[in-house]
Amino acid sequence: MIPAAFEYKRAGSAEEAINLIGQYGDEAKFLAGGHSLIPLMKLRLAQPTMLVDIGRVKDLSYIKDAGDHIAIGALTRHMDVEKSPVLSQHVPLLAHAAGYVGDAQVRHRGTIGGSIAHADPAGDIPATTLALGATYVVQGPNGKREIAAKDFYKGFLESALAADEMLVEIKVPKMNGAGWSFQKFNRRAVDWAIVGVAAWRNNGASGVALVNMGSTPVLASAVSSALAKGASVADAAAHAADDAEPQADLNASVEYRTHLAKVLVRRALEQASK
Amino acid sequence: MSITQERTNSIIGQRMLRREDPALLTGEAKFTNDLVIPGALHLAVLRSPYAHARIKSIDVTDALTMPGVIAIYTGKDLHATWAAPMPCAWPVTPDMKNPAHFPLALDKVCYVGDGVAAVLANSETESRDALDAIDVAYEPLQAVTDLEVALSDKTIIHEAIGTNKSYTWNLKVEATEGAVDEAFKNAAFTVSERYIQQRLIPMAMEPRAVVAVPQPFGGDITLYSATQVPHILKVMTAITLGIPEHQLRVVAPAVGGGFGSKLDVYAEELLCVALSRKHGAPVRWVEERTENTQSTIHGRGQIQNIELAADKDGKLTAVRVRLIGDMGAYLQLVTPGVPLLGAFLYAGVYDLPVAYDFSCTSVFTTMTPTDAYRGAGRPEATYAIEVAMDALARKMKIDPYELRKRNYIKKEQFPYTAFSGLTYDSGDHLAAAEKAMGHADYAAVRKKQATQNVAGARKRLGIGMTSYFEMCGLAPSRVLASLNYGAGGWESATVRVLPTSKVQVVTGTSPHGQGHETSWAMIAAEKLGVAPEDIDVLHSDTAIAPLGLDTYGSRSLAVGGVAIAGACDKVIDKARLIAAHQLECAAEDLEFAQGTFSVKGSHDKAVPLAAIAFAAFTAHNLPDGVEPNLEAQYTHDPKNFSWPFGAHICIVEIDTETGKVDVLKYIAVDDCGIQINPLIVEGQVHGGVVQGLAQALYEEAVYDTDGNLKTTNLAEYLVPAACDVPPITTDFTVTPSPTNQLGVKGVGEAGTIGAASTVMNAVIDALSGLGVTKLDMPASPNNVWKAIQAAQGGK
Ligand SMILES: Cc1cc2nc3c(=O)[nH]c(=O)nc-3n(C[C@H](O)[C@H](O)[C@H](O)COP(=O)(O)OP(=O)(O)OC[C@H]3O[C@@H](n4cnc5c(N)ncnc54)[C@H](O)[C@@H]3O)c2cc1C
Repeated sequence: MIPAAFEYKRAGSAEEAINLIGQYGDEAKFLAGGHSLIPLMKLRLAQPTMLVDIGRVKDLSYIKDAGDHIAIGALTRHMDVEKSPVLSQHVPLLAHAAGYVGDAQVRHRGTIGGSIAHADPAGDIPATTLALGATYVVQGPNGKREIAAKDFYKGFLESALAADEMLVEIKVPKMNGAGWSFQKFNRRAVDWAIVGVAAWRNNGASGVALVNMGSTPVLASAVSSALAKGASVADAAAHAADDAEPQADLNASVEYRTHLAKVLVRRALEQASK
Repeated sequence: MSITQERTNSIIGQRMLRREDPALLTGEAKFTNDLVIPGALHLAVLRSPYAHARIKSIDVTDALTMPGVIAIYTGKDLHATWAAPMPCAWPVTPDMKNPAHFPLALDKVCYVGDGVAAVLANSETESRDALDAIDVAYEPLQAVTDLEVALSDKTIIHEAIGTNKSYTWNLKVEATEGAVDEAFKNAAFTVSERYIQQRLIPMAMEPRAVVAVPQPFGGDITLYSATQVPHILKVMTAITLGIPEHQLRVVAPAVGGGFGSKLDVYAEELLCVALSRKHGAPVRWVEERTENTQSTIHGRGQIQNIELAADKDGKLTAVRVRLIGDMGAYLQLVTPGVPLLGAFLYAGVYDLPVAYDFSCTSVFTTMTPTDAYRGAGRPEATYAIEVAMDALARKMKIDPYELRKRNYIKKEQFPYTAFSGLTYDSGDHLAAAEKAMGHADYAAVRKKQATQNVAGARKRLGIGMTSYFEMCGLAPSRVLASLNYGAGGWESATVRVLPTSKVQVVTGTSPHGQGHETSWAMIAAEKLGVAPEDIDVLHSDTAIAPLGLDTYGSRSLAVGGVAIAGACDKVIDKARLIAAHQLECAAEDLEFAQGTFSVKGSHDKAVPLAAIAFAAFTAHNLPDGVEPNLEAQYTHDPKNFSWPFGAHICIVEIDTETGKVDVLKYIAVDDCGIQINPLIVEGQVHGGVVQGLAQALYEEAVYDTDGNLKTTNLAEYLVPAACDVPPITTDFTVTPSPTNQLGVKGVGEAGTIGAASTVMNAVIDALSGLGVTKLDMPASPNNVWKAIQAAQGGK
């Protein structure tokens, strides 16, 4: 478990980090909490030759009430998201989901920005922010731009981020009292989801996203449109996998995964409807 | 005074904290990889990415130019170094096929992880980097991962032996010829079941690590290794490398678990010694976790066919077993013997007439070699008989506990001579089961189950049990001889009372997490009347403890602990002569208690052991013929195996929508005879139960059809963590073993032996109402769901 040789530079600010990444090009990578990147490097599945450490860019670690949404700095640790009173009040689904990321050690190190930038379909945070209709603020050499969560995930571990762009903020709309549920199904307590569901419901509106049901986090639009048309929870849940392309792995066949998605979406909607 | 009697002020039986733990828990304990040896070269092993392939060429030119690289060797380069192939100490039959196996492959690789080349470099990172620069051309061949396909010999793995079959071993015992067939013909009930013991990865917390340190002059060499078997390793390394045994010293520093996976002689141990001699420099190697999953032995790997015959009351009349054992690519140290360790136990704890037919055929595959893994053969046997007993109960439509009660060997029948000729020392299965049933509140659970498991219920309740017998305490040397094992089963101990009356206990056992230092000190303290903290336990270094056969097979206490008691007796006998001399009385007139010799009937005439130790040291006034110093060595060769037993019960609830099994309660009632330290006993039961439960619900070494291992890290190979483990109720009955002076039996494997079948019986009990009567391990949510679907679809 020894990574290939690499160089390391610590950035003091977003600008400095983006600058450094620009200098070193394709072979460079941002290092945030390191809890996705370092394991890949140890297996030599990733072999960046330069790591730009953004872990100490302190001014990107915050959770702020910004009126209609909550603004979260990309370097905010999962533990701070989980324990945030602001999020508990306005976006309880996200605070709750963050509590399901790995174990306490992982949550103290891993960052919300790293989770999203890593674009792992099995991650809890990408799907949760997708269900919530979040917007990601990214910064490059030419300034900032915003990408809607639904436009961000392009493929397995692939996102709309350019190589020299850094994710700096996550804007999450307030839930305004919506019912919600986070269902994570796994074999061991501390594991990635075999299938996960993040869902909320507010009158006719709803958002449902699936963890580990394809090469990207999946927005279960068919479920929301069925609900909007007045379908029952059970009937809407039958559409859970309509937008998904699940893969088989050691823990689940395609058939089982599809079945699980339906069961978990139904359970999530039942809970969110209470 | 016999230790098995009730005593006051007894040290044996106290819940003493483990003296090993402060160093382990604070990170101060020194493991092999913590040894800093200046000037050491680092070994890295290039491993085959193919399950089965011919090596066409190996090009090391580029790798040799990498920074820090000192040398690179292929199997051919080192071939002349080996005096013999890697050892297999258990040729179970005279015609057993054992393909020559060397530390690095020669022309062919036979599993993913097979060693192909060895890099020596100045640092660990440089050795690892150089691996990527070695260019090997392979000609891939067909992988063989299915045991039955392997037996067909369609693809031969080892051309030199011309077959994939290693051996067939039979144990047929019949009162009269044809008794087994006759019993099946006349049976009122029969069951015929097929079970798969999936491959398991032992996954010790500390992977393997080796450091070989040559002395500058004279050829002596010290081999440090994360091993369970320093003594066996010393003998085997000397033989395999053709180096004089007296020049080899083997040390096992702190070892972080083994479960059998470090009961072996491995390629890297031999490579480190050979290369350190070649280069005149220390050579070290540390295993990576992924390497550990591929290149350290796996466990289990059997297809079991078991048939039971019973009369109209369910009384067993015959047992027939056909096994196929997965040896993996090569035979490691005791690989072929593992199924034999279970061969005598397929009738479990039941009073079976002499009608028993066991046959095991073992076969090579292109997967990691298997070998002994916690329980070795006995969890497999227990699983087969106990799951089959539930199948029989279902067939007879009677309660599975009732069926067991009709078949238990009764307390009065002990010592019990079994169909196999083995004698079960002592036991009381009904008492253990009754105790477990009490904890479970069996009748109440059955009642709740009847109301809960109605048609359409989302959550179904199940309760399962196992009564087990464990043949352990390996082993009487003569019995091992009859099984063709290549060594004895004795254990040695030396007890030395120092001039200041502190005590050294030297043991040939080699702990790697079991707490021997604590327990062995308690035994010597009890025997000698010395405080445990005044006793040091020395072990795991062949220069300090030259005689020993190490730690495996729940043998350490039942053989090694008893050896310590025997050595203490010899010390006391000698001290008695000196005491009698000092007190001017006959030795027979002295009694020894609480560390003091006193004249029977006149207790003011007394002398403490401490004074005798000093007298033995000064030797100023010893009786004629008594040598100075107070020390004795004793070797214990057990008369019999020891036979721990117990009853386990598990209660599960299954979510039929997702297939997830939730273990609500686990009850383990074990009987390991006299307990030296109940705290340690409970710890062993907990760990063992978790490992058995892990086989039932979580763990499986998964290979694809190309022979690639898919579970190469702890995210893929699901070792349950603390939060995944249900509350475990432990309780005990105490039936002393009559075959050793401590009355002990051993508890290292008990939990593992009882747990897998207990959990699976509970799972099937929950689902049988849905038509699921058969389920392979692990009962993962996917597998459970699939079985429910299949059963429901079939309706
Ligand atoms: C044992 C373990 C268990 C885990 N379990 C879970 C789980 O159950 N659920 C779950 O969701 N996750 C889990 N994780 C992953 C965890 O959430 C990670 O922390 C997270 O996925 C990545 O965040 P990070 O800050 O560690 O990112 P890093 O590992 O530092 O980076 C990940 C990737 O994102 C890039 N990156 C990081 N930050 C930025 C940024 N601001 N802008 C642009 N690119 C960036 C990096 O260059 C890298 O490519 C687990 C991890 C471990 C080690």
